[in-house]
Amino acid sequence: MPLQEKPLTSAIPADGSAPELKGYHSTGGYEAARNSLKLEPAKVTDMVKQSNLRGRGGAGFPTGTKWSFVPLGKDAPHPKYLAANADEMEPGTFKDRLLMEGNPHLLIEGMIIACHAIEADVAYIFLRGEYTVSAKRLEKALAEAYQAGYLGKNIFKTGKHLEMYLHLSAGRYMCGEETGLLNALEGKRANPRAKPPFPQTSGLWGKPTIVQNVETLCNLPCIVTNGPDWYKKLSYTADGGTKLYGASGKVKNPGLWELPMGTTVREILEEHAGGMRDGVKFRGLLPGGASTDFLTEQHLDIRMDFTEVQKAGSRMGTGTMIILDDQNCPVGMVANLTHFFSQESCGWCTPCWSGLSWASQMLDALETGKGKPEFLDYLAHETTFWSPGNTFCALAPGAAEPLQSALKYFREDFERHITEKRCPWS
Amino acid sequence: MLTHEEQTEIEAEMAHYPVKESVCIDALKIVQRHRGWVSDETLQDVAQFLEMSVEQLDGVATFYNLIFRKPVGRHVIFYCDSVSCWLLGCNRLRDDLSQKLGIRSGQTTADGRFTLLPIVCLGACDHAPVIMVDSDLHRDVTSQTVSGILEKYE
Repeated sequence: MPLQEKPLTSAIPADGSAPELKGYHSTGGYEAARNSLKLEPAKVTDMVKQSNLRGRGGAGFPTGTKWSFVPLGKDAPHPKYLAANADEMEPGTFKDRLLMEGNPHLLIEGMIIACHAIEADVAYIFLRGEYTVSAKRLEKALAEAYQAGYLGKNIFKTGKHLEMYLHLSAGRYMCGEETGLLNALEGKRANPRAKPPFPQTSGLWGKPTIVQNVETLCNLPCIVTNGPDWYKKLSYTADGGTKLYGASGKVKNPGLWELPMGTTVREILEEHAGGMRDGVKFRGLLPGGASTDFLTEQHLDIRMDFTEVQKAGSRMGTGTMIILDDQNCPVGMVANLTHFFSQESCGWCTPCWSGLSWASQMLDALETGKGKPEFLDYLAHETTFWSPGNTFCALAPGAAEPLQSALKYFREDFERHITEKRCPWS
Repeated sequence: MLTHEEQTEIEAEMAHYPVKESVCIDALKIVQRHRGWVSDETLQDVAQFLEMSVEQLDGVATFYNLIFRKPVGRHVIFYCDSVSCWLLGCNRLRDDLSQKLGIRSGQTTADGRFTLLPIVCLGACDHAPVIMVDSDLHRDVTSQTVSGILEKYE
């Protein structure tokens, strides 16, 4: 059994408020940042590598490995940057909101640790504009951290400097894409950039930059305080730590829970989310946001971590599950998802701007009973073009996932729309 | 002309970036907060202040959905139309809103009180369906509760 600890959420007050600096101190707040500054930056990166922390934004890239590409030492280019990706906009995902509203100092402390590891001079919190409560609380927490000498000049009296700013974004899903985010911070359209060069060597304004999800950054203080071995013991599997899992849709108790990494889909769905509402049957679920493949009944006992969900043909993504029930139409759901991806495409590359709008129209036709039998093969074939290598970023490959898997698991439902010339759920 | 207040606010944000024009999204948001939306004239003033071309700035302004390049009402209602809210009936809620206000999505009421717009996932999926009015999030919205919510916005 993993350790039953909740390092990310245990200090979040149940009344919906957020601890002020004094309250954060009382739970050992900022001691991890203070201690990390006494270590060599490469040593901090080593600890994070050993902890098996993988990026919580959805891709699951090993965090310490990502940092190890940043040039260090006196010959490294400066200023170097850290950007916290707080542009939570993956449909069905609501985990970073809890962390920022419930414990903003934890994010700031995690960012100080990350900045030390990569020797960054400036950090941005790239927050979506709609998160107005998060914005207020982060602004206040930043002011408190500056006041306490944790940010600004001579932080923690170490002689080191770190500026940290809150950037409020103006919308668009594309801003959550690593290089789209960099363009948005530079005041440009959030189109993705070609890689290489990778942001670790040439990111914001051409300088080394790390972009890291909020939840990932919030894991850093407990790793520094308790060490990588302790952190690995929080998990059922090889991926370290706890995970914020969520469930939305027609379940009895939709919500968000910090659980050991590798908790099974069934435990999340049945114990924490309370199972399906009365009179409603389970059909399938997207395990981690809109851009993940459907899982069905046969997959309920798999463990939710990056490796196991991938073996089942999907991705853990953000770990917040969206549950499809028998009173909602699978074709309508996929039409909704594809409309979203089509609308949010930045228009930069053809498989995405052209392919997604075309597929979206075809799905709308199917949903309204105007589909033809050959549409299903067209759609399945089309998703093969939305793959990494054909596109600049992960938006179109993400869009392919729910569509290709729905065509596999809900084929009969698609076919009924064609033969009955209407949506059986309408 | 940008007001002194707008210029001061933009300059405060400018200090966060090494390059002047990087502040342009913040600048557009600042003027929009004062003026409700970004007209062609406002866009020209901001471009001039930031020493950018109007075309470049408009390319940015039209990319971001929270920058309004057309006039909006005193209050903007954003209804979430992403997947979790869809599963919990956001289309019905949108139709109810449309009917109550007498406008379709994308339109403004004749008295200039409300504009109705769709928005992508608002990140409160455990309380779907949700709407945002101006900067306030409203959770678990139903056809019964939505009228009471709107009453608060004069």
